[in-house]
Amino acid sequence: MNTLERRIRDAQGQGRLALVPFLTAGFPDGESFWPILMELEENGADIIEIGIPFSDPVADGPVVEEASRRALADGVTLRAVLDELRQRRSFFKAGIVLMGYLNPFLQHGYERLVADASAAGVDGFIVPDMPYEESGAFKAMLAEAGIALIPLVGPNTPRKRMELYARDCEGYVYVVSVMGTTGERAALPPEAAATLRLAHEVFDRPLALGFGLKHPAQLAGLGPKERPEAAVFGSALLRHIDAGRPAGEFLQQWRAAGG
Amino acid sequence: MMDRYFGDYGGCFVPELLMPPLLEVERAMEEILPGPAFQRDLGELLADYAGRPTPLTRCPTLSEELGFTLWLKREDLLHTGAHKINNTLGQALLAKRIGKTRLVAETGAGQHGVATASAAARLGMDCVIYMGAEDVQRQASNVHRMEMLGARVHAVEGGTRTLKDAINAALRDWIATQATTHYCFGTAAGPHPFPTLVRTFQAVIGREARQQCMKKAGCLPDAVVACVGGGSNAIGAFHAFREDAEVSLIGVEAAGTGEPGCFNSAPLNLGSPGVLHGAYSMLLQNADGQIEPSHSVSAGLDYPGVGPEHSHLKATGRATYGMVRDARALAAFHRLCRAEGIVPALESSHALAYVLDHANRFPAEGHVLVCLSGRGDKDLGIVESHPLPDDDNQEGDRP
Repeated sequence: MNTLERRIRDAQGQGRLALVPFLTAGFPDGESFWPILMELEENGADIIEIGIPFSDPVADGPVVEEASRRALADGVTLRAVLDELRQRRSFFKAGIVLMGYLNPFLQHGYERLVADASAAGVDGFIVPDMPYEESGAFKAMLAEAGIALIPLVGPNTPRKRMELYARDCEGYVYVVSVMGTTGERAALPPEAAATLRLAHEVFDRPLALGFGLKHPAQLAGLGPKERPEAAVFGSALLRHIDAGRPAGEFLQQWRAAGG
Repeated sequence: MMDRYFGDYGGCFVPELLMPPLLEVERAMEEILPGPAFQRDLGELLADYAGRPTPLTRCPTLSEELGFTLWLKREDLLHTGAHKINNTLGQALLAKRIGKTRLVAETGAGQHGVATASAAARLGMDCVIYMGAEDVQRQASNVHRMEMLGARVHAVEGGTRTLKDAINAALRDWIATQATTHYCFGTAAGPHPFPTLVRTFQAVIGREARQQCMKKAGCLPDAVVACVGGGSNAIGAFHAFREDAEVSLIGVEAAGTGEPGCFNSAPLNLGSPGVLHGAYSMLLQNADGQIEPSHSVSAGLDYPGVGPEHSHLKATGRATYGMVRDARALAAFHRLCRAEGIVPALESSHALAYVLDHANRFPAEGHVLVCLSGRGDKDLGIVESHPLPDDDNQEGDRP
């Protein structure tokens, strides 16, 4: 079993929701980034998604786009993130996932990227602009190194396409809650429940719900066949941190809710 | 299933949430587009609304100077003033057939925005145009035209505030609104099936030009020359000639100011392969894979990427791609105005400048066909702000 799935299954065994914070690399600044990651780890993060900044993030809303722009202005690069992660990986028990658009990964070179990611202890990749049809070669190389390529599915993904992704899916499945971009929303959109139900039917892997999550109360209305095994927080967490509040505090409310 | 790739280039690198609407467009291309009903309706729109066929005009004065016959394919005479309407009418009609009621589009100079807004108005559809905030300021008159045609124009503040950011914004809109909306993509780039779809609608340029040249000149042209930003007028002009090995296909990119290291819009000449806006193609980028800002005096060429089929045509050698600087395009603009009484778009002026500045690359007594993709009325402000060069010295290889 892939490390990422094991982290989520462990949380499930403890009767709680696995917590998956997303943080853009170098956010809110180069000095604070790694200490904040450690704070997330200490406050119950099961998996941490590190966002690799890109100049043209089409699947992201304004908060992640702005974080990405700031990181690029500060000179954050994939190479540096891999390097710094390699030096610090042993401090983290949480699974580590790199999330980023394809071009920076492509320019690094798949072969070199898989080697560097292995050396840095990366457990998985999320590439929002690489649908199933374009993922074959990269996924196969990652699989050889025991690294998962996490698929994304959403409210408009038909069963047939979910079945396509389910063929060789490792780690977990990222379920996009809404027909839209990343960014916190007041309530879970009504279509999320049906998406989760269908994804549970199709996939053997755990589901991580993301896009728009802010507060645990958003999940209260989900039935037993709809509840995800993990929750991903991005924009709301970035805003929380940018307001100068402790990152741990954000996770506390989710832990307090019992998941 | 259609082929997503042109050799190594192309593909469909988009979020999964965009795959269902793209597959829907692909299905419509296979099932609806070739049908007689669609072809009849599109044919009528192109003829009676847009003004096709467009003439092939011989340029007597310039031909005399150049030593070969220069022909212009007059897309500038189309309704809305550029070749863009060929594509927007086709896509709008197709979108309507699959039940969409709203069009979104990106625009740089505003030509594709105006063409989309016109098609939407004609076919009774809602229309939203995304335009970089920088371009909204530079091209205010086109913003007014779009609004008069009933479109809502959103100024995009993100990124470099130009065309590439307008595409990002339009893609985000489409993710959320795909149930009712078609993304009327403006050039032969982007994710599959857009490069093929846009070429299908623009290929009418080369199809007409080939017949007209055979009839008027009695032979095929020695070369077909077109400007390349995203590359839709060029791929439209080239397509009918692709099997004619004796016809050179020449695309012309915008070199910017021409100073070493300047921002430009010439990814085929100065870029490297990568993924932007859904396709693997030549691209202006840094070593980390971040997209570099582009520049051209012509807003319609100002884009850091290019359609994947052009990357393929360059790789196979079937087409070659030159570069023209801002100043040479402006000089060609003035020369066509004075010599032939035609005011060309600054985009098309790049193609023209290549021919005027490299006359000895073309056979004496031969025939050279330039796609005049648009008219220059929109560019008068820019042209006025650039003083007429006092000496018209050629660069390149003319004495």
